[in-house]
Amino acid sequence: MKSSLSRRHIFNQIFLYSAAILLALWTLAPLYLIALAAFSTKEAVFQWPKLFLPTAFSTETMAFFVSSTGVLDSVWNSVVVALVTVAASLILGAPGGYALARFRFRGRDAIQLGFLVSKMFPTAILSVPLAVAFLQMDLYDTIWGVALMHTAMALPFVIIVTAGIFVGVPRDLEEAAQTLGCNRLQAFLRVVAPLTIPGLAAAAIFTFVLSWNEVFAATILTLRNRTLPAQVLSGLSGSPLYYRYAGGFFMILPAVVFIFAIRKYLLNMWGNIVR
Amino acid sequence: MAGIQFQSIRKIFGKTIAANDVSLEIKNGEFMVLLGPSGCGKTTLLRCLAGLERVDGGRVFIGDRDVTDLAPRDRKIAMVFQSYAVFPHLTVFDNIAFGLQMQNRPRDEIKRRVEESARMLELSDYLKRYPAQLSGGQRQRVAVARAIVMQAAVLLMDEPLSNLDALLRLQMRAELKRLHSDIKATTIYVTHDQVEALSLGDRIAVMQNGRIVQCDAPMNIYDYPANKFVGGFIGTPPMNFLPGVVRVNDGKPVAVVGESQIAPSAALASALSAKNGQPILLGIRPENLALAPSQQANTIRARVRVVEPLGSHKLLTMQVGSEISKVSVAPDQRVAPDEDVWLHFDPEKIRWMDAASGEAISSIV
Repeated sequence: MKSSLSRRHIFNQIFLYSAAILLALWTLAPLYLIALAAFSTKEAVFQWPKLFLPTAFSTETMAFFVSSTGVLDSVWNSVVVALVTVAASLILGAPGGYALARFRFRGRDAIQLGFLVSKMFPTAILSVPLAVAFLQMDLYDTIWGVALMHTAMALPFVIIVTAGIFVGVPRDLEEAAQTLGCNRLQAFLRVVAPLTIPGLAAAAIFTFVLSWNEVFAATILTLRNRTLPAQVLSGLSGSPLYYRYAGGFFMILPAVVFIFAIRKYLLNMWGNIVR
Repeated sequence: MAGIQFQSIRKIFGKTIAANDVSLEIKNGEFMVLLGPSGCGKTTLLRCLAGLERVDGGRVFIGDRDVTDLAPRDRKIAMVFQSYAVFPHLTVFDNIAFGLQMQNRPRDEIKRRVEESARMLELSDYLKRYPAQLSGGQRQRVAVARAIVMQAAVLLMDEPLSNLDALLRLQMRAELKRLHSDIKATTIYVTHDQVEALSLGDRIAVMQNGRIVQCDAPMNIYDYPANKFVGGFIGTPPMNFLPGVVRVNDGKPVAVVGESQIAPSAALASALSAKNGQPILLGIRPENLALAPSQQANTIRARVRVVEPLGSHKLLTMQVGSEISKVSVAPDQRVAPDEDVWLHFDPEKIRWMDAASGEAISSIV
């Protein structure tokens, strides 16, 4: 009885770890191959059988990609758009998250659900009306327009995540600060803010990555002032294979670094607003 | 220094009436305990005084000031929270100094006052530590130090000892009492622990369902509970309640319990004479019942069910008719389970209650 139980336990463990390794490989293998190709010579990219170790190391392809027309401009555009998106979505979203976390009001659950539902709505359906509206507002083909769009896309996420962060700060702490001479704003700034800054930073970085990677809206809303993904996408079909690898690697890098840095905050991210 | 006045405070959460027209006056320097089961409204009343809840009706006065519409910080109160609410990102020193810093006090004054409060609570060696590096008891002391350093006229405590283990609680209880006699701030202390209430309070306000049922000195609450609820809530084990019927013989009332008769004290006789034939409850504390060797005046036949030696006394569980009563006797009392004994009622210590309403019958109200 006992041995069959422990055998079952071992079997479960093996199954669990195999599944985890399989999933990890599913994600990591392409990343590795892209990185490998991006840092190999042009010839090595076309070589057959494929190399799986960095034997033909070269920065030539990367250098070619970075120096090609429009890439540096689009990197700058991407950075500006991402920073504006982060600032706008935190300024608008964090107070919303605070309200969701601290106050019980009518329709609170419906609003929370609404945020999630809005994420399901396919942006593609909105593309033509959006382009028309942005044209009318003189926002078309500007990085501000893209930042506005990205802010709208990031807001539900930011609100729900920051709500989860604010729930983690006991209300008692704020009330104690109030009895010790703070008004509500001072209590927030002196007690809640210092305790939530790591979490808010994680939310900011995630928003940055969200904007940095976003390609669809950026493509339909710009022509010349493109962000990096839009630039890479538009140049992709007509480009040689090694150029695509270099672009792909350039796109992946910040996302991987940021996600790695904030992974522990992402674990308790969604829907954690129950007190 | 300031007294406190609640004038018909009403607070409603949804369909629950947490405070139902509560009025209470607390004298300057008094230690007032709000006692009751969870959900009775005691914490709500405290939060209304702190300004953390808005009242739905009534006024709150601190001293002569009507503070009903003031923010917490304008009320000149200090509060100790049940969860301690010590700021995790600040050192012990900065936690205690927080309120003084908000008042922009000079640095040397802050330092002096923080060190003084830290000394009172034996925290002097921990001023540079963060709360995460402290034990629960030490965090609790930080919360108290942070409140008393404000030298506020009114000190509020919301179940400050309930998260401590039993031994520490005993120790802190005595310290809080000493602290109060030192600083003499008007103190409102919320608890559901009747022992804490008896030990600390100058007066206890017993609350039930959003109302104050009885407000009096601890021993008066213990000896003369206003009704069955108070008698049952205070005391471990609680008061016994034996049902009986009043019968008036030749103008002298007695309670008929089973086949026995219990006579009231002389003071109650006239009040009971008018209740011939009415059902009543005899409320009596376990230590006011005694075993008697034979039938005599004011005794009832009872059977011992359980004997629990508790060191300082023996606790007996007795079957009296169809009722169960707890009796506390001396530790050397010889008694065995299933023994039939006579139980003697001390007439002076019986609290007579109306069986229907549960209200105490009293010669003096």
